[in-house]
Amino acid sequence: MLKLYGASFSSRLLLGTAQYPSPDILRQAVEASRAEIVTMSLRRESARARAGQGFWELIEQLGARVLPNTAGCRTAKEAVATAKMARELFGTPWVKLEVIANDDTLQPDLFGLVEAATILCAEGFEVLPYTTEDLGAAERLVGAGCSVLMPWAAPIGTARGLINKDGLRTLRAYFPDVALIVDAGLGAPSHAAEAMELGYDAVLLNTAIAKAGDPIKMARAFSRAVEAGRLAFEAGLIEPRDMAIPSTPVAGTPFFKIDHAS
Amino acid sequence: MQILLNGEPIATEARDLDELCAGLGLGDARIATAINGNFVAADRRCETKLAPADAVEIVAPRQGG
Repeated sequence: MLKLYGASFSSRLLLGTAQYPSPDILRQAVEASRAEIVTMSLRRESARARAGQGFWELIEQLGARVLPNTAGCRTAKEAVATAKMARELFGTPWVKLEVIANDDTLQPDLFGLVEAATILCAEGFEVLPYTTEDLGAAERLVGAGCSVLMPWAAPIGTARGLINKDGLRTLRAYFPDVALIVDAGLGAPSHAAEAMELGYDAVLLNTAIAKAGDPIKMARAFSRAVEAGRLAFEAGLIEPRDMAIPSTPVAGTPFFKIDHAS
Repeated sequence: MQILLNGEPIATEARDLDELCAGLGLGDARIATAINGNFVAADRRCETKLAPADAVEIVAPRQGG
């Protein structure tokens, strides 16, 4: 079971809700993915369009736990205010904390992230910070009170997969008791499986499913990949080797000659 | 007076944040608010006076990644 701030989940796939072709395809994709946690955002509400009001019905239909984000925030102050608005609106202490440093890479501003996480944890929030594989920042975030970390695989929406696998492996080894979720940059189910094989507790993705030719089928594919990766981790992967070892027993090989064995 | 509502200048006669939301037809809507970068809880809107040039944010839930 995936455990996040005392809550247990059978699915290890967290799903973003943006960029789907239609609300109905979003709903079907969430169902196909078996995700129990979905991310949402806050955006300015127009008195004329009232777009957010209609969205409530969809949230309820999804039947998943909501993880609100602070996407687009550029400072700790913006992120803290957005988190507070989200807590009131969604009725949850959870927040996917994002403080963005750069528009081209959408990489986290680790200084602002630690500052905001420190404030929010002290105010009772259960913070899931979108971070990098940087170990120093991770230590600060855990020290601030985060019991979940969400390092990126690659920049948001790039679909490049685990671009610093060694860094992610180190983070996993260094924090065996912290829930680690790979968030952002996954493009293929194989990327998700790779993250899970490293021992990550879960993955969070959006674009790879939402922008797929068939989002519902892709949701199913990611669901299976996450499950396969987790099973492989639990089963214990064999170590890679440089040289071949025959898998078929050598003893009793027909026509065997001793010089073949040298 | 002139204020900034969601980044756009508007004229309003509302004295407080609660009146502003009601005047926009959002009194009973699922929204959250902030003034000048600081969160204002729903139950504090009626005691939160508006001043000229205040920057008001009114937000609602939306899709997100």
